Amino acid sequence: MGYLEKGYITLEELQEMGFVPPPERVRKGPVAFIECPQEIPCNPCVEACPYGAITMEGINGLPRLDFEKCNGCGRCVKVCPGLAIFIVNARGRYTVWLPHEMLPLPERGSEVVLLDRSGRDVGRGRVVAVMSAEENTRSSIVVVEVPEEWHLYHVRAIRVV
Amino acid sequence: MDMRIYDHPILRFERGKSVRFYFEGREMRAYDGESIAAALFANGIRVFTTSGWKGRPRGAFCMIGQCSSCMMTVDGVPNVRTCVEGVRDGITVERLRGPGEIRPEGGVRETKNPPTYEYEVVVLGGGPAGLAAAMESARLGAKTLLIEKNDHLGGQLIKQTHKFFGSVEHFAGVRGFEIARIMEKMLRESGADVWLNSNVIGYYEGNVLGVVRKGPIREGSHVFEERYVNVRAKRIIFGTGARERFLVFENNDLPGVMGAGAAQTLMNVYGIKPAERMLMVGGGNVGLIVAYQLLQAGVEVVGVVEAMPRIGGYFVHAAKIRRLGIPIHTRHTVVRAIGEDHVEGAVIVELDERWRPVPGTEMEVECDGIALAVGLSPTYPFLQQAGVELRYVPSLGGFAPVRDENLQTNVEGIYVAGDLASIEEASTAMIEGHIAGIAAATSLGYTSPEAEERVRKMKEYLNEFRSGPFGKPILEGIERVRR
Repeated sequence: MGYLEKGYITLEELQEMGFVPPPERVRKGPVAFIECPQEIPCNPCVEACPYGAITMEGINGLPRLDFEKCNGCGRCVKVCPGLAIFIVNARGRYTVWLPHEMLPLPERGSEVVLLDRSGRDVGRGRVVAVMSAEENTRSSIVVVEVPEEWHLYHVRAIRVV
Repeated sequence: MDMRIYDHPILRFERGKSVRFYFEGREMRAYDGESIAAALFANGIRVFTTSGWKGRPRGAFCMIGQCSSCMMTVDGVPNVRTCVEGVRDGITVERLRGPGEIRPEGGVRETKNPPTYEYEVVVLGGGPAGLAAAMESARLGAKTLLIEKNDHLGGQLIKQTHKFFGSVEHFAGVRGFEIARIMEKMLRESGADVWLNSNVIGYYEGNVLGVVRKGPIREGSHVFEERYVNVRAKRIIFGTGARERFLVFENNDLPGVMGAGAAQTLMNVYGIKPAERMLMVGGGNVGLIVAYQLLQAGVEVVGVVEAMPRIGGYFVHAAKIRRLGIPIHTRHTVVRAIGEDHVEGAVIVELDERWRPVPGTEMEVECDGIALAVGLSPTYPFLQQAGVELRYVPSLGGFAPVRDENLQTNVEGIYVAGDLASIEEASTAMIEGHIAGIAAATSLGYTSPEAEERVRKMKEYLNEFRSGPFGKPILEGIERVRR
């Protein structure tokens, strides 16, 4: 449980817990990437999924995603109170959907700094879309095109420049 | 200087009309609806008064009327808690000089021959627990009064900008301040009476509460701005919540050292930055969540220190700030605040396995605020006055009241709910409030099959909610205060 000491989780830790969607699946199109490794009492993602792709044993259970049932619609991204769900896609171009609750909101088409789970600058990406995540606030989902496939597994935030 | 926030990703600040007030003779601008303390912060004032003995500078610590650190002289009246006193056009605000003088009564604050109000159920505290309790008992038909010391309902929910965890039936996915609005509406529709700005000052024999009630109160030809009154209740539900704990370190009384909740009140209720650069002390949920909210308010967070080897809050809250590059230093604590009359920096240090500072690891950070998120303590003095048995259970936050599964204490007719009962979550506080409200009304003969069924489901849900690693210590603690 090194992630509780550092405050961020590694891809290896996520892999061990079965959270990482297989690259073959990601290459077929958008799929959710849930990073929720702790048993906390919370279940909105389960209720939000129209395809029954997320299951949980009791309210304290870990969310389990059926990568084949998931079509990457992103409803779980919008409701997750922990901002712990992302959408990744390697079909056509490499895109990652990031929940974003900070100002400024990036502009569509602009270049942004890509940050990994520890906040490290790992390159530049281009904003493909900025979607409003809810009414009455500017909470958004920012879709970023990233240059390399590995970015999909590491980029979890952006810095607007 | 203007510390007000004009652009925020989640909140929109609708400010009242512009007013002027005078601080130590200097004219300052504020907005209707701001507290005096908030208005001073907005104008860059950190030193609110000086200590009586050594003359050390004093600032505001809790921002919710509990700590007395922000007391000042307002329009000549000393010892006014400026964090819960609204700013008004033309008032004069001065630092305290000595203990101050109590003036003869001007006729607007009356204490003699108090009238007695009779209620079936009285609820103390308008936070999530109290709101839920009062709406339930009123809906079932009990004559219900809710007493709240602040000028608003919702308690600390009004400053929670994050989406709630838990289950969808209990507001999961909804932001805290929105939950407050929904619950306030439900309460208003329930038919319960509400007294805002009213302070309960004591519990007396025969289930009587002494209350300084905010007026205007008409008595014959007199109109009182404020009046001491008695309230007699058949049942009392205490939902008085908790207060933020303090931490021992050098210079911890410097203005700029504040509760994390105080920072939240300033930025999320009033739209005022509590600092430009903040150090967060405490890696529990409060520390992690408030650190994130500081970023949303445009405050730079220089880091989070946590004395334990691991963060204590939900990992996902840590992940949100970490991926934005905010350092989280586990096994670290703050040992000193730097500054003359307000915080200008802090010294943090690494701790070894036995919690001793590791020599040579001192690190100075530049900041103008230090937020403390080192836990909460239940606000239980009224329970002691009422003869409720308290037992020391660390996992519940300290002294916790003995109660049964309906939240009734060992004193017949006295109930508890929320953080006062055990430091936990707003969502569990609400559920406890619903259960206590229905139980109190039911004991008076007001009930419905629907309410009974809901209580049964809510008790089941609480047990399930508390069955995970975060809830287990609570569940075990509650066993130790089982009536």
